[in-house]
Amino acid sequence: MSETRTIALTVNGQARQVTVDVRTTLVDVLRDQLRLTGAHVGCEHGVCGACTVLLDREPVRGCLMLAVQADRRVVETVEGLAPNPAHLNPLQAEFVRHHGVQCGFCTAGILMSLTAALRDNPAPTEAEIRETLAGHLCRCTGYQGMVDAVLALVASGVAR
Amino acid sequence: MKPPRFHYHDPVTLQEALDLLARHGEEARLLAGGQSLMPMLNFRLARPGHVIDINRVAGLDTVTRSERGLRLGALVRQRTLERSPLIREHSPLIAQAMPFVGHPQIRTRGTLGGNLAHADPASELPAVMVALGAELSLRSARGERTLAAEKFFVAALTTALAPGELLTGITLPPWPARTGSSVLEVAKRHGDFALGGVAVTLTLDPQGRVAGARIVGFGVGPGPVRAIDAERSLIGAVPAAAAFAEAGCIAAAGVDPADDIHASGAYRKRLIGVLTERALTGALDALPERAA
Amino acid sequence: MSTPAARTPEGGYIGAPIPRREDARLLTGRGTFVDDLEMPGVAHAAMVRSPHAHARVRRIDTTAARALPGVLAVVTAADIEDIQKPWPARMPSPVPGSAVRHGVRHTLPRDKIRHAGEVVAAVVAESRALAEDACDLVEVEYELLPVVATAAAALAPGAPLVYEQLGDNVAAHIVQRVGNPERAFAAAPHTLGETFRVMRGGSHSMEGRGVVARYDEALDAFTVWDATQMPHAIRAILAYLFDLPEHRVRVIAPPDIGGGLGPKGSFYPEEALACWLARHLRRPVKWIEDRLEHFVSAAQEREQIHTVEIAFTADGTLLALRDVFTHDIGMYGALVSPVITACTVPGPYRIPNIHSEVWAAYTNLQPTGAVRGAGRPQGVLVMERMMDRMAETLGLDPADVRARNLIPADAFPYEVGMWFRDGAPLTYDSGNYPELLRRALERADYARARQEQAALRARGVHRGIGVAICVEGVGLGPFEGAVLRLDGRGRVIVTSGAPPQGQGYQTAFAQIAADAVGVRFEDIDVVTGDTGAIPYGIGSFASRVTANAGPAILSAGGALREKILAVGAHMLEAAPADLEIVDGAVRVRGLPDRGVPLAQIARLGNGGVAFGMVMPGGLSVGLEASAYFTPSQAGYSASAHVCILDVDAATGEVTIVRYVVGHDCGNVINPLIVEGQILGGVAHGLSNALYEEAMYDAQGQSLASSFLDYPLPSAREMPRIEMFHLTTPSPINPLGVKGAGEAGTLPVTAAIAGAVEDALRAFGVRVNRMPLNPARISDLIHGT
Repeated sequence: MSETRTIALTVNGQARQVTVDVRTTLVDVLRDQLRLTGAHVGCEHGVCGACTVLLDREPVRGCLMLAVQADRRVVETVEGLAPNPAHLNPLQAEFVRHHGVQCGFCTAGILMSLTAALRDNPAPTEAEIRETLAGHLCRCTGYQGMVDAVLALVASGVAR
Repeated sequence: MKPPRFHYHDPVTLQEALDLLARHGEEARLLAGGQSLMPMLNFRLARPGHVIDINRVAGLDTVTRSERGLRLGALVRQRTLERSPLIREHSPLIAQAMPFVGHPQIRTRGTLGGNLAHADPASELPAVMVALGAELSLRSARGERTLAAEKFFVAALTTALAPGELLTGITLPPWPARTGSSVLEVAKRHGDFALGGVAVTLTLDPQGRVAGARIVGFGVGPGPVRAIDAERSLIGAVPAAAAFAEAGCIAAAGVDPADDIHASGAYRKRLIGVLTERALTGALDALPERAA
Repeated sequence: MSTPAARTPEGGYIGAPIPRREDARLLTGRGTFVDDLEMPGVAHAAMVRSPHAHARVRRIDTTAARALPGVLAVVTAADIEDIQKPWPARMPSPVPGSAVRHGVRHTLPRDKIRHAGEVVAAVVAESRALAEDACDLVEVEYELLPVVATAAAALAPGAPLVYEQLGDNVAAHIVQRVGNPERAFAAAPHTLGETFRVMRGGSHSMEGRGVVARYDEALDAFTVWDATQMPHAIRAILAYLFDLPEHRVRVIAPPDIGGGLGPKGSFYPEEALACWLARHLRRPVKWIEDRLEHFVSAAQEREQIHTVEIAFTADGTLLALRDVFTHDIGMYGALVSPVITACTVPGPYRIPNIHSEVWAAYTNLQPTGAVRGAGRPQGVLVMERMMDRMAETLGLDPADVRARNLIPADAFPYEVGMWFRDGAPLTYDSGNYPELLRRALERADYARARQEQAALRARGVHRGIGVAICVEGVGLGPFEGAVLRLDGRGRVIVTSGAPPQGQGYQTAFAQIAADAVGVRFEDIDVVTGDTGAIPYGIGSFASRVTANAGPAILSAGGALREKILAVGAHMLEAAPADLEIVDGAVRVRGLPDRGVPLAQIARLGNGGVAFGMVMPGGLSVGLEASAYFTPSQAGYSASAHVCILDVDAATGEVTIVRYVVGHDCGNVINPLIVEGQILGGVAHGLSNALYEEAMYDAQGQSLASSFLDYPLPSAREMPRIEMFHLTTPSPINPLGVKGAGEAGTLPVTAAIAGAVEDALRAFGVRVNRMPLNPARISDLIHGT
């Protein structure tokens, strides 16, 4: 039948072990087997960015990695951002304030890319913010609310 | 779409990888960064019986200095190319090209070797390697050989890699003195494949005249296109607008791109002329002496 | 959210920029989209799609596919004969005297394939990957037929027929006339004629289509979770196909839908197939559209070609308009978009004589439906290009020439003289177009921009300024409903039929309900898109929901308030007129300590007396009220855009320097949400102007079937948009609201086309075709 492997990875700080079909992508394993459905599948060719998660703290396309490649790696998904679902982190809170979300399908991937980028550079300019967002497609918002959210975060000095 | 079935291998030594490649031949595809192969698997445009994942092969992602220059392992990530001060200092042209290569999220996983082996005619890195005069190390179970970058890119999506051969490293020659560089491209959307682009290096002699130039176009032919006649036209010239404009004309005359759904051949031809001229100006501005 | 929602200075919620309640779950990855739904035993479907645009199916062999381990079923048309009824016709022509000629379609094609990507067979397996493996093993023998891949080809004499029984490929030929255009053209001092080609594309909502169907054998009933914009319409069609009463087909739009933008407002074979397979297998069946499928099978908008003429006086006053255009409707589509185009062309201008003629043609391409804008951007492009050309011909400023022809502010309601897509006369309800234009120009520093342009031109910079003003039909009827009730917790539940795909109904509806009932925003829950929760509904499209559901909520909310106060009056022994609802309790005004919490009101009001006892005080039971609002006509929003850009004449690249949007959608429920809708629309319009383009070859094959060939703008391509609002309330509904969902898209192609042409005036460039891109712009400059 299908060729499978058991992989061990850390997801949002938790050690997880899961047996996967070798041809299944990372995002499909996260969604279907680990039930972390925050990352979404939008195009399966790496352009839309809806599947973006962090691998060893860097943004990657979950649709362009086989799950087996995440063995012994550290993965962060959107579910790990807020310490408690009732308390959004400062980036998420600014997204609410500045209406950076409409349908929400692209949101998780964008938050992960921004989280990684802000770790490297906590005070990006608008051009730098748009550059980070350039790897993501949104068909609802026109991006301005998201950009304003990050600018507000930077202005508030709470860049994390 | 979901990938078709395949046997998955993740060798940890180069020898293992080469043996697998030799054993499975046409049925095997190498998986490096995955940014080119995975879409093809997802769309079922590629249906290899065997996927050989070389990400765990030791020693393929190192960056080492040698008397021949700076050697980059094939698995050096594009992100490293973008951010490494060592690489930036050694070959500024690479750092100039990286912002055009996909998006940050692609560059995390994408590799130098994978990009070169994929040989997309609209890709920046093949042209950059030709402009740098890079040497590529190819290995198979039978042995090793080196090939100049210019000989590596044969046709669209086709390289000189023989069956069973794996690109293991890319050696960047030392950066000549008094050399500036520039990369320019036009794409429908930043980060997308180029409608046309050019990677340029410009070297001056101690008197300030052009001693050498490399002008390599991409997106305008079956692979990187060296505008040799345009390069020659610059030798001994005063590096200024007139010479650059002339070089641009010659570069444009030297390509004959086809029409496709994204652009007319006539446009691409004009574009190479314009971008060559502008890139030469940019290269001049980027000269270490000028920048200082 | 722990902090209470901020009210407006007047103390209400309507009009307040309240951040959305939807956001927290979406930002923490806890949204529930259709593919997130998990249920025991779910099986996964994949579709075998025809690679050919026009073909008969000679033979299908599913043997190998069915034999693959993990495959549960493989079905073809022969297997699903019990539901192979012709699909109901979608839409009549709204113009008296013209008719739509409907092509007959079945869930799986009976006689032949009519577009590349059409479903030929369906597979269900334990996983999507396995189902796709099985699809690869289905052998289909096709007999190829000649293809018509453009409206022009389809309308040419002797063209291959998409539907033999129609005798030609004309889906509709609709003529509308106002005044006497022939006489006006004959007598006019000036006329100008042009041909414009506009190609749009798909919706490419980030989430594609998707459905999970579950069949309950004991009840002989379906529950269908469908990422649809119109659950009640889907229910009706499924009930018809499966011969079931509507109450045994429940269609639920999942709590979150990742964008709709039009194509999720059609019915597709996959929805019926998922149901059939679920019943056949006695297991829930999930089908999720992938991006490639969206490219080749979801509805889209493609090309219109307009031959347009205007007649005018020497001072730039319009006398007449003639617009004849073709529209590619694909192999099956609603007539929506081309009809709307025709009605949109006249726009905000007084035009006493109009001849409008639509030829909608069937082609061997995927269905054309409506994509955000729904035919309006094309109409706006045509009229605004002609206004620019008229200005150029007469040596007048393009903004002045527009101002000269605008319908004045005191002319409302304004009858254009045409029929709108809803079968009612095209009558603009309210607006102030001169003020809208004036403010847009002022905001864009138009006069100074022209001076700067002249200075820059002298230095060889190709700067252009484009202006576009348009009117947009919104608030389409026939109705939307709302059921409001007070539940046992003292919370107000607002139920409405139309589901959101990002428009923020959970927030906006709660704002309206809060003001209508007089309770706190935080005490309201909103339920949408479930045919089991409200019997009648239309759906989310056509920028219609706020103007239909809003007044329904307002009305039902007021009725519910009366019922609550009646119960409160009984419990507090006071007159309803002396009562108020404050902080979740009913109390006597001036006696803040004597209050009854809403939960208690509910207990009594919903029949909570001791078992068998009579209701006290003659109270009737049921703290519930429903209302269906039927607007007398559509409403009309308006927009004015000013675009300032530079063109690099050597490379053809465009850089937008400034982009100003002025918008009037009547009264605004939530300014944050409205602005977000406008911004998203502008991004889509920008994409239609400079980036995305549907492309097909003569064999009906899509040439751009991935985002690598079909660019959508990212944040890097989007300029910062400056926006202002004008408000001319609509007299059609008590809220005075219009619609805003699509508005941003309408004038963008026109503004950018105008600006690019203006920028390249030195080269005599004519922009008659959209979209633009660097190669096309460069080719225009070089006359190639």
